[in-house]
Amino acid sequence: MPKITLIEFSGQDHTIDAEAGKSLMQNAIDNGVPGIDADCGGACACGTCHCFVSEDWLAATGEADAMEEAMLGMRPDRADNSRLACQIEVSDELDGLVVNLPEFQM
Amino acid sequence: MNQAIELPDPNSIPLEQIDVSDGRIYQQDAWRPFFARLREEAPVHYCADSAFGPFWSVTRFEDIVAVDTNHEVFSSEPAIVIGDMTEEMEVEMFIAMDPPKHDVQRRAAQPVVAPQNLAQMESLIRSRVCAILDNLPVGETFNWVDEVSINLTTQMLATLFDFPFEERSKLTYWSDVAAGSPEIAGGDVDQEERIPALMECLETFNRIWHERKGRDEGFDLITLLQRDPHTADLPDRPMEFLGNLMLLIVGGNDTTRNSITGGVLALNQNPAEYDKLRSDHGLIPGMVSEIIRWQTPLMHMRRTAKQDVELRGQQIKQGDKVVMWYLSGNRDESAIENADDFIIDRANPRHHVSFGFGIHRCMGNRLGEMQLRILWEEIMRRFSFVEVVGEPERVRSNFVRGYTNLPVKLHAL
Repeated sequence: MPKITLIEFSGQDHTIDAEAGKSLMQNAIDNGVPGIDADCGGACACGTCHCFVSEDWLAATGEADAMEEAMLGMRPDRADNSRLACQIEVSDELDGLVVNLPEFQM
Repeated sequence: MNQAIELPDPNSIPLEQIDVSDGRIYQQDAWRPFFARLREEAPVHYCADSAFGPFWSVTRFEDIVAVDTNHEVFSSEPAIVIGDMTEEMEVEMFIAMDPPKHDVQRRAAQPVVAPQNLAQMESLIRSRVCAILDNLPVGETFNWVDEVSINLTTQMLATLFDFPFEERSKLTYWSDVAAGSPEIAGGDVDQEERIPALMECLETFNRIWHERKGRDEGFDLITLLQRDPHTADLPDRPMEFLGNLMLLIVGGNDTTRNSITGGVLALNQNPAEYDKLRSDHGLIPGMVSEIIRWQTPLMHMRRTAKQDVELRGQQIKQGDKVVMWYLSGNRDESAIENADDFIIDRANPRHHVSFGFGIHRCMGNRLGEMQLRILWEEIMRRFSFVEVVGEPERVRSNFVRGYTNLPVKLHAL
């Protein structure tokens, strides 16, 4: 099982044993990590699973498609490494992934 | 539409005759069997003849998400309600725009309602909520809509804009005028009243803008717009300025007002849920989401097909109106368990469609939630029971799901 670390805005970190084949969002929710709301349930439709992928992992996690870009574009705290966690599929290749969570979801 | 005509029985008329654009359906709170049948038998349904012309109804949660997130095919122009507005003033509201213009304007306004800014306003909002609640009569019957829902929403709007407090009723008036034309809310505001009112709104905010310029402190919406480089020159683009103002005023008025009333009604209709709340005030944040789902203060959003498209086997033609019924999506059992029930401690209360999805998703959702949270925290500190003692009176509209009267009696702790 790939190990993934999510760091809350407060600095509190959570390392989870993630399940490959599921999204990063679903893994975070299943493991009770706070800071991700996921209002739409993973449809790339609400923008409330915003996260920041650490620089080393940008290539491995892939690129946002047009819809994800549109949703990210509405975030006031959008950064170059912004992604929606529901659009990142966890695989064994992501063992060791580190993502930061934003101050708020909206 | 003749008010004396009785509503048809939704289960005995032919499917094609079902017309859910009739505002009386919601005024009489008779909508449930209409949408239950549509979700079951015709989830993408064509109404060939209505007071607003032909339109498609999309009634299942999953399909609503699909339409709402496909802005390439389903345009928000020219209007986001069933009726086409006869617009004599080119007010630019980004809710009724497509990308790229929508994105630019929304991006400028969005930080104003970001949670970190809202936190700065919380204590002031709370103090005004407390003042209203402390002045309510205990043990007497009064109209919750006027005394609390409208009063509080108006005060909150004034607080958010740091608007001259004694003139705050103007904000409610402008909001009602802007959203109250017959095409939108089944209201009776005519254009001769509407245009001067909107111009007065623009002039007033122009004056406030210039008076406030250069002020360092403050977290009100005007100051925040002035601080953002993208909006610092907003008054130079008057129709855009007015559009942004109206969106912030209207968006935060009817929606919050009717969710405040709806929450009281829902708790009275579900006494076991009220008991849960009494024994654990920690349930309030989840309850707020459940109230917003249960109420669905804006019942629909409309799109217009930019091209021929197939949806659940139905052939939608370019130019057709496609109406997403959020009210129905929020009662869809295939997406929400026990969807007809009001359950304040649901496992996943944020999973509802009241805010819409996609690029037009409600911008002020965190603000609305905060207002309702503060209100219920303070209600529970004061009253053991906000008792509904008469029948609610509802607004005739196919867009705003609202109330004009809810008689209540307060019981002290």
